[in-house]
Order: sequence, then structure tokens, then C-alpha cells
Amino acid sequence: MKNSKFKGWLYLLPAILFLGIFMVYPLIDVLIYSVEEGYNFVSQTAYGYGPYNYSYVLHDPYFLQAVKNTFIIVVITVPLSTGFALLIALALNSIKKLKDLFQTVYFLPYVTNTLAVGLVFMILFKKTAYTDGMINLLIQFFGGQGVDFIEGPYWAKMFVMCFYTIWVVLPFKVLILTSALASVNQDYYNAAKIDGTSKGRIFRRITLPMISPMLFYLIITGFIGAFKAYSDEVALFGTDLNGAGMNTIVGYVYDMLYGTAGGYPSYASAAAIILFVIVLTITCINLMVSKKNVHY
Amino acid sequence: MKVVLQNLTKKFPNRNKKIGGDVIAVNNFNFEIPDGKLIGLLGPSGCGKSTALNLICGLLEPTEGHIFFGEDEVTNLPPEVRGVGLVFQNYALYPHMTVLQNIMFPLQNLKGDQKLPKEEIVRRAKEAAGLVQIDGLLERKPSEMSGGQQQRVAIARALVKMPKVLLLDEPLSNLDARLRLQTREEIRRIQRETGITTVFVTHDQEEAMSISDLIVVMKDGVIQQIDEPQEVYDDPVNLFVAKFLGTPAINVFEGEVRNGRLHIGGDDLMAVPGVPDKKVFVGIRPEGLEPDPEGTFGCGLVNVEVMGRDTSVVFTHDGAVSENLRAIVASGKRPAKTEKTVRFRPDPLKVHLFDHETEERIRF
Repeated sequence: MKNSKFKGWLYLLPAILFLGIFMVYPLIDVLIYSVEEGYNFVSQTAYGYGPYNYSYVLHDPYFLQAVKNTFIIVVITVPLSTGFALLIALALNSIKKLKDLFQTVYFLPYVTNTLAVGLVFMILFKKTAYTDGMINLLIQFFGGQGVDFIEGPYWAKMFVMCFYTIWVVLPFKVLILTSALASVNQDYYNAAKIDGTSKGRIFRRITLPMISPMLFYLIITGFIGAFKAYSDEVALFGTDLNGAGMNTIVGYVYDMLYGTAGGYPSYASAAAIILFVIVLTITCINLMVSKKNVHY
Repeated sequence: MKVVLQNLTKKFPNRNKKIGGDVIAVNNFNFEIPDGKLIGLLGPSGCGKSTALNLICGLLEPTEGHIFFGEDEVTNLPPEVRGVGLVFQNYALYPHMTVLQNIMFPLQNLKGDQKLPKEEIVRRAKEAAGLVQIDGLLERKPSEMSGGQQQRVAIARALVKMPKVLLLDEPLSNLDARLRLQTREEIRRIQRETGITTVFVTHDQEEAMSISDLIVVMKDGVIQQIDEPQEVYDDPVNLFVAKFLGTPAINVFEGEVRNGRLHIGGDDLMAVPGVPDKKVFVGIRPEGLEPDPEGTFGCGLVNVEVMGRDTSVVFTHDGAVSENLRAIVASGKRPAKTEKTVRFRPDPLKVHLFDHETEERIRF
């Protein structure tokens, strides 16, 4: 008996070592950093332990701006991108001809580099000395007033940001939902048809519950991904996100570590822990909501 | 409600474009299902049984032909207005709904004048559940029930809107042997109690024989024979029908008719008056061979399997076409296992002749 227990642990050892070194240890380290007051990067010493770092971060206007930006991005992009993805997947599923072509077209953004996509968006939205950008030209063509989407007002920048985020996350969701829809047994639809079920009712009472596990998976990963947004912001607004007023929580953590004003691992750690708590809370709420509405 | 099929044909385009042409799944069906009867559509896999069923319920549109429910033509009507109930092979119960919700679902779809109050829906659903005896399971999910129970729920769901025609697509194929026996009795009982015209699709000849009022035997989209179960068994129209029905299967031999007498190999079996001289296939039912030392049919003895009431005699013969020749004989008359040969006396009523080319029945 003892021998077999030992064997079990032996087999687990590679995974435990790997996870321990690359996940558990850094997590604990971040937690310790976040409560060390007056940590000195060079001497690697601290005065003592306390909540000061959290207090600093929570009173930093840049952090508060980052939290606000992050929440706006999450609240707008997660529902919209999931909704659009569902609509597109339903449309894809209902056509027969050219289905593969459209599927490929919708999946293309997923295999395109973030920065390359950012460049395309720049061409679309950015005002330069030579042109106002494609979208502005369009707006002006229809008699509207152009606006600088990249360096202009906050709402314009946020609009581009959300537009971009939705566009980037859409393909993966479309792919998942298309396969989820295709895997629903046709017999359920035949049964519903014989019983004279209306299209709306088929969607609400059969399709949605049937794909609810996949939908739920997309919503959870969507929330987590949106909370961790950073690279998309850099692709659009460059590395000085604080200056552009478009920073996110992860961006704030990065700036605190490596940015021009960086070198504060304690503040960065505190911010990271706060983000962790936020994501954990939202995910728990998601799980509780899903218990009622997701049918495995 | 009687159901009439007229020249019903369904063609599908061939998937393989190189071959081209159409696959004819249902070929020129003409028959009438009398009101309140249970008919069995019987045939091997891929013979078009399910296609025929889907045409009747309206999930598929026929290429040609007409379907009548009573006097009304329903050929071009969508399924929901035909008033049919369909039980799927895999039941297709909605897994996220409870049994009660599943059974109520068809009634909740009703619109306009037909719309029912909530209490009436629940009452009818419970009534249907009572009919198939699942009253105690109403709050369960399909995954929490056995196959047989799910089957009953599926039937209740099909019956709850009081359909004019009930269609069952291989309803027993997912059940184990014992449950299959029990459920087919159950289906028969429910059909009798409700008096609903029922079409039952199966590839299992025993199943079809045991519960149908009429059997329709199909092969490659073409109806071979329509008759009462015993008639189809006793009086098959061709070799296919003879081979398809009966367990153990009919024994088939190559034979020849010479001067009004039937010969198989070297044996002069019996007189077949009125049959012209020619080569034939001979089908002899296992119960049509009686061991008799004076018998005209000499065979090699392979094995004697005792099965209680009856005995199965496994034998060989040079003229045999089918493998595993068997005779079912009363235990008292069984030959000794140690014998090398056995002689049989054929029962003329159990011997069927078929044309060697067309495989059609030759009557004598």
C-alpha cells in the first residue's frame, strides 16, 4: 500500500514540479511582493509588511483609469462579440453553398498577427498629415464631421478599441459555435418540426440549451480574456497607454514593472492581485449563474 | 384514419457524381393502411423503410405520387398540420427537459384557436404518461432513465397531441432482448387502446410478425408483398421474402423439375403437379422436414441440438444454396447424434418453388 502511494506521487512529480516552479511559486512570490513595504529593487530588502502598496495603487489615478477602461471593454465586448458570433454561426449553419468559404473568411482574423491587424486599423482610423483615415473619409463623404479616432476624444478611442477587440475575438467564437450548432442531433429539429414548433421557440427551447455549455465556455473565457486585455491596446495606441488614457489593468502592471516610470514590483504585484480577485469574483458569479441555465 | 399511398416515389441525387443518376429509395408505392390497424414496414437495412416513413410524416417531400389521410390529400402539407406522431429510433427526447416538459412540448406549440390553457396541457400530458405507465417519473430527466422508460416517454410525447397516425421508426432497436419483447407488447396494447393507425418500421422480422396486423415487405425501395404476418410466412411471393422471414431461416436448395417431380441433387423428393420441367430454387421451412427412415430426402447429419421442446437438426446436402441447413423436429423423433446420415419426409405445404431466373414463386 505504502509503495503504491509512493508510486502515485512519483508519476505526478513532473507535473507537480513544473506547476510548482512556474505557477505556484510565482503566485506566492507576487503575493509577498504585494505586501512588502518600501521594497528596494537593488538591495532586495523591505522595511516591513503592510497594506500600503494596495492603498497606493487604489489611489493612483492611472490605475483607476485603467480599471475603468478595462471594465468598459469587458462590459461592451464580451456580450457583443458572443452575440455576433452566435448570429454569424447561425447564419453559417443555415447555408449550404459556400459554407466552407465563409467559414474560412470568418476565421482569417484569428490567424492574423495582432500587430498587423493593428496596422490595418490604423489605416482605417488614424488621422495623419496626408489623410484623415478611411473611416473619416467615409463619414465626410456622407456629410458627417470627421473625428480623430486614435488621438481624439475618449469615446472615439474607446469605440475603436471595442470595435477592434470584438473583431479580434470573433473568429474563435464563431468557430466554436458553428461546430456546437452542427453537433446538435438533427432528430431534435425533426421532432420539433413534426410538433409544429415555431422557429423562435426551436431556438429558445432547443438550440440554446443544446449549445449552452459551449456558449458558457465562451462567456467565461471571454470575460477572462477581456480582463487581461493589453496587447490589443498597444497595437492601436502605442506603448504610452497612460498618456493616451487607454491603459488597462494588465497594462498598468506592465508599466509599473518595465515602463518608463517603472521599477516598482510591489505596486505591480498589488495591482496584479487586485485583478486576480476581480477575475475570480466574476468567474464565480458566472459559475453560479450557469448552474441554472447551462445543460450538460 | 386510413392512410393511402399512391405511386409514391422518392429519388435522391447520387452523391457520387461520376456514377450519376438517382438513387430510388422508395419506388412506386401503392397501398392502403386500413383505419386503426398496425402495419409493419419490414425490410433489410437501406431498403427505404425510413424514407417511406419520413414521406408519410412529411419530413421528406415525395418526388412523385400522392399521400392521403382519410379522404384528404396531405402530399404537400408540412408535417405539423398532418397530425402525425413520430417516435424516433434514438427517441430524440430533449435532454435538458424533464419527462413532463418533454411530453408537454408538442401541446405548448399549439397556436391560435387550438391553444390550450396551462392546466389542460398538464392534464393531457399526465394522461399520456399514464397510458404508457410512467406516471412516477415525470420529474426525471431523460438521462436518468433506462432505455425502455425513455422509449415510453417518446411514445407519450408522440401520442399527447392525439395524432391521426402514429409512426414508429425502429423503436425497439436500442433495447435489450427482454425489454424489446416487453415493449413490443406494450406498443401493441397502447395501439389497441387508442385505436390510432400505426406504422411500425423494423428490420427484425420476428418483431414485425409478432405485433403487426399487416406486414409490408420491402427490398431496394420496392414492395415485395403485403399481407397478414402468417400469410407472408406461409405463402411468400418470391425467394427474397421467403428468406427474409422465419427463424431459423428457410433452407434453400438448387433443384430441378422433371416430369412433374421435384429433384434435389440425386433425390427424387416429391410430386409437383403442373410445374413445367426446369431448374428451380427450392425453399423448405425448417419445420417442413420430418425425420423418417422411409423419407425421400437423404442428407448428411452434422449435429443435433436439443432445445427442450424441439430439436434442431443441422444437416448438409449437395444441392444446398444456403449455409447452415436446419430442420426443427419434435424431440421424440430426433435422430441419434451418432448417425452419419438422416432421411427426411418433406411436407408439401412447407416446400416452396421459385423460378431460377426471376426468383418468383412457382405455385403447384
